[in-house]
Amino acid sequence: MTLKTHLLAGTAALFALSGAAQAESHAMTEHPETGEKLAADQSFSYRVLDEFPSIDPNLIEDVEGSHIGRQLFEGLMNQDEKGDVMPGVATGFEVSEDGLTYTFTLRDDAKWSNGEPVTANDFVYSWRRAADPATASEYQWYMGLMKLANIEEVIAGDKSPEELGVEAVDDHTLKVTLSQALPYFPQMVTHTTTFPVPQAVIEEHGDAWTQPGNMVSNGAYVLEDRVPQEYITLTKNPEYWDAENVIIEEVTALVINDENQALTRYLAGEFDQTDVPAGQFPRLSEEYPDQAVSVPDLCSYYYNLNVSDSGPEALQDVKVREALYLAIDRDVITDNVLGGGQKPAYTLTHWATAGFEVPAIEVAQMSQQERNERAKELMSEAGYGTDGEPLSLEILYNTSESHKQVATAISQMWKQTLGVDTTMANMEWQTFLTERHEKNYEVARAGWCADYNEASSFLDIMQTESSYNDSGFSSEEYDQLMADAATSEDPLPLYTEAETIITQEFPILPIYHYAEVFMMDETIKGYPYENAQNNWYAKELYRVAGE
Amino acid sequence: MLNYVLRRVAIAIPTILLLVVISFVLMYAAPGGPFNSERPLPAQVMANIEARYGLDQPYWKQMATYIWNVVVHFDFGPSFQYRDRTVNDVIAQGFPVTLTYGFWSFIVALVVGVALGAAAAIRHNSWLDYLAVGISIGAQVLPNFVMAPILVLIFTLWLGWLPGGGWQGGQIEYIILPVIALSTSYMASIARITRSSMLEVLNAGFIRTARAKGLPTRRIIWTHAMKPTMLPVLSYLGPAFVGMITGSVIIDVFFSTGGIGQFFVNSAFNRDYSVIMGITILVGVLTVTFNLVVDLLYAWIDPKIRY
Repeated sequence: MTLKTHLLAGTAALFALSGAAQAESHAMTEHPETGEKLAADQSFSYRVLDEFPSIDPNLIEDVEGSHIGRQLFEGLMNQDEKGDVMPGVATGFEVSEDGLTYTFTLRDDAKWSNGEPVTANDFVYSWRRAADPATASEYQWYMGLMKLANIEEVIAGDKSPEELGVEAVDDHTLKVTLSQALPYFPQMVTHTTTFPVPQAVIEEHGDAWTQPGNMVSNGAYVLEDRVPQEYITLTKNPEYWDAENVIIEEVTALVINDENQALTRYLAGEFDQTDVPAGQFPRLSEEYPDQAVSVPDLCSYYYNLNVSDSGPEALQDVKVREALYLAIDRDVITDNVLGGGQKPAYTLTHWATAGFEVPAIEVAQMSQQERNERAKELMSEAGYGTDGEPLSLEILYNTSESHKQVATAISQMWKQTLGVDTTMANMEWQTFLTERHEKNYEVARAGWCADYNEASSFLDIMQTESSYNDSGFSSEEYDQLMADAATSEDPLPLYTEAETIITQEFPILPIYHYAEVFMMDETIKGYPYENAQNNWYAKELYRVAGE
Repeated sequence: MLNYVLRRVAIAIPTILLLVVISFVLMYAAPGGPFNSERPLPAQVMANIEARYGLDQPYWKQMATYIWNVVVHFDFGPSFQYRDRTVNDVIAQGFPVTLTYGFWSFIVALVVGVALGAAAAIRHNSWLDYLAVGISIGAQVLPNFVMAPILVLIFTLWLGWLPGGGWQGGQIEYIILPVIALSTSYMASIARITRSSMLEVLNAGFIRTARAKGLPTRRIIWTHAMKPTMLPVLSYLGPAFVGMITGSVIIDVFFSTGGIGQFFVNSAFNRDYSVIMGITILVGVLTVTFNLVVDLLYAWIDPKIRY
C-alpha cells in the first residue's frame, strides 16, 4: 500500500467514524417503554432451514417465507405479542350487522418505501392478483378460505378477478364483502397473502420485482440483499409510518440446511436464533437456561387409521381403534422420546388455540395403567390380540429420525399391551403423501398445522369433503356441527361436540401437540413468546446491552 | 486427431439426448409432483398452477417443448419450487460457487495426493511409506459428512478461527473448510493410485536402464517415471474433477455455501422437475467433456496412444 492510499483510507475511516457518531446520536440508547439499556449493535440474525420458495406476499407458501413477508410488508391488521389482532395499515374496521361486510379504515401516513402513499387500491390489486388463476398462487386456497364474495368463481376462471368481493371506496377506505359470515375474519388479514403489493413496480419488473434493487415494500423493513440458498438481509425502512419506534436496524436470515451444524454455529456466536434439533432440548435447557426456549406451536401430531374399505378389516371395528388409542402412553412420547415441551394429546385441536378449551374427556384423566386395562378389555371383546385372532398392522411414516422414534415407541406399546404386531414402513415425502392420500396404508403418521388461530382450522380437516381427511372418516353429524360452528356466535360447545365424536369413533389417534423449541440469544428481547402462531415482527424486537 | 474429436462430439449428442429422455421418464414415474404438499390443494387451484407451468400437457409434448427450449433458446425453464427464479438463475448463482471450491479441492487433492503417493513409492517400505499410506487410509475412512461437522467443531466453535459456513462471494476464509472437507477423500484415492502406479513403473526395465546409466534419482523420477505413473491417475481425475466442480450435497448442506450440489438431492425430493433436468444436463455435459479431455491428455502423455 502506498502512502497516498494510506492517507485516503485514513480519511475515509475518519468520515465513516463521524458518520457513525452522527447516526449514534439519533439512535436510541434506552428502550422507550422498558427503559432497558440498548446495545449499540441493533441487528438480528437467525437461521432458516431452507431457501424461501418466494418472498412475493401473494406467492409466499411457507412459514419461513411468511416471516420475511411480515417484515417487508404490512397488512391491514397485525398481531400483538399474544397473537391478538391489532391495527396495521388499517386503524380499525366496522362489521355489518349480518357479518358479511367489513369496512377497513386505512391510516393516511402509511407509505411505500419509494415514498408513495399506501392506498386501498393497493389492497384491491393485491387480493385480485392473489386470486387470479393467471398468477397461479398456491395460496388461492387461502383466499378461498376467507370466503370473499365470488372467490370460487374467480379461481375457476368463471368470473374475472375484478368481480372479487373487495373494493376501494376511497383512498383510505377498503370494503370487503364475504359470501359467508366469518367471526375470525380480522385474524385472517394478518396473513401474508393479504398484504398489499405495489402494482406499478410489479408491472415494471414482472417476476423480477422481488429482486434487491427492484423491490418496493410498505413494512418496517426493505430488502437490502439476497443471495438465494445463502442469506437474505433486510434493513430498516425510513419511510415506514412508525419508523421512529423501530429499534432493530438490520435483519438477516441465514439459510443453513443442517440443524446440528446450525446449532454449532449458533453456539460459536455467529447468529441469534436457531432451532433445537430433536431430542437435544433437555440438555440445552440445562446448559443454557437463558437461551433455550420452548413455546407452543399450533400443530397436532396424530396417526390416521384407514377406516375406508381399503383398510384392514380389524380397523373397521371401533373397539380395536379405541384400544389402539388407549394403549399409547403419550407421556412417554412427550417426555422421553421428544423432550421439547410438547404436550400429550387426547383430542385433535392444539391446547393453545385462541378461544378454545381442550374438552375434559375422561381418558385424559385416567392413569396409563387404567387406560391399558380398558384397552385390553376392548381388544378381547373385539376378538383380537393375545387371547384372540392375531393382529398385525403396518405403521407408515415419512422418512425422518423423530417419526421413526415415535413409531418405534408406539409399536412397542401396542405389542406389550395389546399383543399387536406392527411393522414400520418409511417412505420419502412425496411418495408418502401420495400413498396416504390414496389410502394405501393401514396406520399412517400425520401432522396438521393451523392456518389461522382458531379451532376450525384443526377440526375442518375431519370433514367428509376435506382433502386432508386421509382416514376415510365420514360423519354427517360431524359435518353439520362444523357447518353450524362457522356462523355461530359461540362455536366452542360445537367444537367440543365435534372433538367428542372423534373420541368416540377414533378415525385418528391424536398423539401430541407440538411445541417449537429454539435457542435465542439472551440479549434479544421483545419476541412474542405467547403468540401461539410464532408470528414475530422484527420491529418489536430489540437488543439490550450486555452487562 | 481432429477427426477423433469430431467423432466423440457426434457421439456425445445422442448420449446427452438419451440422458434427458431417461431422466424425464424416471422423474415422471416417481409419485407426487412439484405442487403436492402436506396440505392438498383444491383441485381448481392445482389445475390453475399446472396450466401455468404446462404440466397439463401430455408428457411427450412437455418433453419436446423442454428440449426445444433448451436447444434453441438455451432456456431451462422456471423452477417449480422457487417461484421467482428460473433454472438458469439457479445454475448461474450456484455453479460459480461449486466451481470455485471444487477447483481448489481438485488442486489440493491432486498436489497433495500425488506428492504423498510418489513419496511413499520412492521410499517404499520406509516410515514415510507407512505414514503416507496411513494418512490416505485415514482420509478414506473419514467421509466428508463426518469431516465437515468435526472441522466446524474444531475451527469454529473451539478455536474460533474460521466461520462455520456461508460463502460471502467466495472470501478465502469461507473456502478453506469446504475445500478440506471435499478434497480429503479424493486426495486419499489419488495418493493410493499414484503409489501403486509408481511402484510398478519404478520396477520397469527402462527405469533400471536409467539407473544403470547413472542418472540422478531426481531426474529419473521427474523425466522418466512421472509421466507413465500419471496414466492411471489421469483416468481417475476426469470423473473426479467433474464430481468436485459440480459440488457435493454434503458440502453445500453443512457449509451453507449456496452451491448447486444441494440441488441434486433437494430438487429430487421437491419434484422440482426443471431443476432436476437442468442439473442432470449440466453434469452430463461436463462428464462427457472431461472424459474427452482426459482421453486427449492420454495421447499427449503416452506417445504410444494415437487417435
